[in-house]
Amino acid sequence: MTTTRAAAVVLAKELRLEFRARELLTSTIVFALVIVVLFSFAFDPTAGESRRYGPGLLWIAFLFAGSLMLNPSFAREQSNSTLDALRMAPISPFAILLGKMLANLIFLSFAEAILVPVFAVLYNISLTSVVGQLILVLVLGTLGMVITGTVFSAVASHARLRELLLPLLLLPILAPLLIAAVESTASLFSESPSLDRAWLAFLAGFDIVFLTASWLLSDFLLEE
Amino acid sequence: MKSRVPITVAVAALIFFGGYAALFIAPDERTMHEIQRIFYFHLGSWAAMFTALTIAFVANIAWLVTRQPRWDWLGVSSVELGVASCTSGLITGVLWGKPAWGIWWTWDARLTTCFILWLLYISYLILRGLIEEPQRRATLSAIFGIFAFLDAPLVYASNRLWRTQHPSPVLMGGKDAGLDPAMGRVLLVTVSAMTVLMLLILAERYRLEKLRHELDELRLAAEVRAAAPDSAAAKELS
Repeated sequence: MTTTRAAAVVLAKELRLEFRARELLTSTIVFALVIVVLFSFAFDPTAGESRRYGPGLLWIAFLFAGSLMLNPSFAREQSNSTLDALRMAPISPFAILLGKMLANLIFLSFAEAILVPVFAVLYNISLTSVVGQLILVLVLGTLGMVITGTVFSAVASHARLRELLLPLLLLPILAPLLIAAVESTASLFSESPSLDRAWLAFLAGFDIVFLTASWLLSDFLLEE
Repeated sequence: MKSRVPITVAVAALIFFGGYAALFIAPDERTMHEIQRIFYFHLGSWAAMFTALTIAFVANIAWLVTRQPRWDWLGVSSVELGVASCTSGLITGVLWGKPAWGIWWTWDARLTTCFILWLLYISYLILRGLIEEPQRRATLSAIFGIFAFLDAPLVYASNRLWRTQHPSPVLMGGKDAGLDPAMGRVLLVTVSAMTVLMLLILAERYRLEKLRHELDELRLAAEVRAAAPDSAAAKELS
C-alpha cells in the first residue's frame, strides 16, 4: 500500500472514531471559547484595543486548545495497545503519523471555523473582506501546530504526566509560529488590511522544516 | 586510569588568566567603561552554550543511527551543560543590561531566542525524567532534541524580523564593526576558557552517566541472580 493511501485509511479511522464519540471536538471548542471569554476581562474590548490584542488572543486560544486536543491522538492508542496493531500493518510509520496529522488538522480547523466568527462578533472585528486570506493564514499556522503537536503527542504518550508534558514540550517550540501567525493575522485585522507575505512565507517555511524532520524521524518515533 | 589533575589545573589557570585579562589587560570601553568587562564572560557563556548544544544535536542523531548508549550519555550530559551555560549567559546579560540599557530585560531577538532555548532544553531534561525505559527515553528525547535544535534558527529569525535592540553584530558585522585588537585578544582567551571549562565538566558528567549505566546493569544482574541462582539467565550474566 502506498504511503498516501495508507495515510488516508488511518485518517478515515481517526475521523470515524471522532464522529462516533464526538467528545474531543466539543471539549476543544468550549475550552477555546472559555479562553476567548476570559480574555475580555484582561483588557477593555473596544474596537481599537481588539484590533491590537485580537490576533494574539485568537492564536493563544488556538495554541492552548490545540496543545490539549493533540494529547489523545496517541494517548488513546495506549489503553488497548492499538498502536502495536497499527504498526504491524505493512505500511510505513510515516503513513500512520501523516494520517493522524491530517485528522488533527481537520479537527483543529473545524474548531477554528466555529471560533473565528464567534470571536469576530464578540470583539467587533469585521472579517468579511479578508476571509480568503485569513483562511490561508489559519491553515498554514494550524498545519505547523499539528505537525509538531502530533509528533510530540507520540513522544509524550510514553511518559508519565503526559497531559502536562505535551504543552510543556509543544508551546516553546511553537514560539516562532505564534509570532508569524499573530503578525500575519494582525496585518489582516488592521484598518486597511493587506496580507503580510513575509510572515506567510515564514509560516510555510516552519511547516516545511518540521514536516521534513517528522518524515525523517518517523521510523524512530514509532518503533517498538 | 589517567589522572585528570593536570588538565583541571590547566583549565583553572586559563579561567583565572581570562578573569585577570578581562579586568586589567583589556582596554576601557568608551561609553560603558568598567561594566563592559562583563562582556568577555557573557560572550564566553554563549560560546560554551552553542558548543554544548551542537554536541547534543550531533549526539542525538548519532544515537538514532548507531544505538550505542554512549551517544545517549553524551546527549544528556551536553544538554545539561548547555542549560548551565545558557543560565550563566542569561544572568550576565541581565546584570549587564541594567546599567547599559537601563532595563534588566528586553524582548529582543537574541535574549528571546536564548530564553526559549533555555525553556526547550529544560523541557528535554524534564522529558527524560518522565520516561522509565532507557531505550525509549533515549530515542524519544533524541527526537525532541533534534526538533529543539531545528527550532533555534526559526526562533531567532522570527524575533529578528519582529523586533530587536541588540547592537548589530560587532564581530563579522560589516565594515564599521569590529573590536579593538587588544579587546579581541582578551575575548579569545575568555571565550576559549569558558568553552574548555564546559568541555572539562562535560567529560566528567559523561563519566558519571557511564558509571550510572554500569551500576544499573550490575544491579539488574544481582537481582536476576538473587531471584533464580541456577537459571540460564543468571549463568549468562555471571
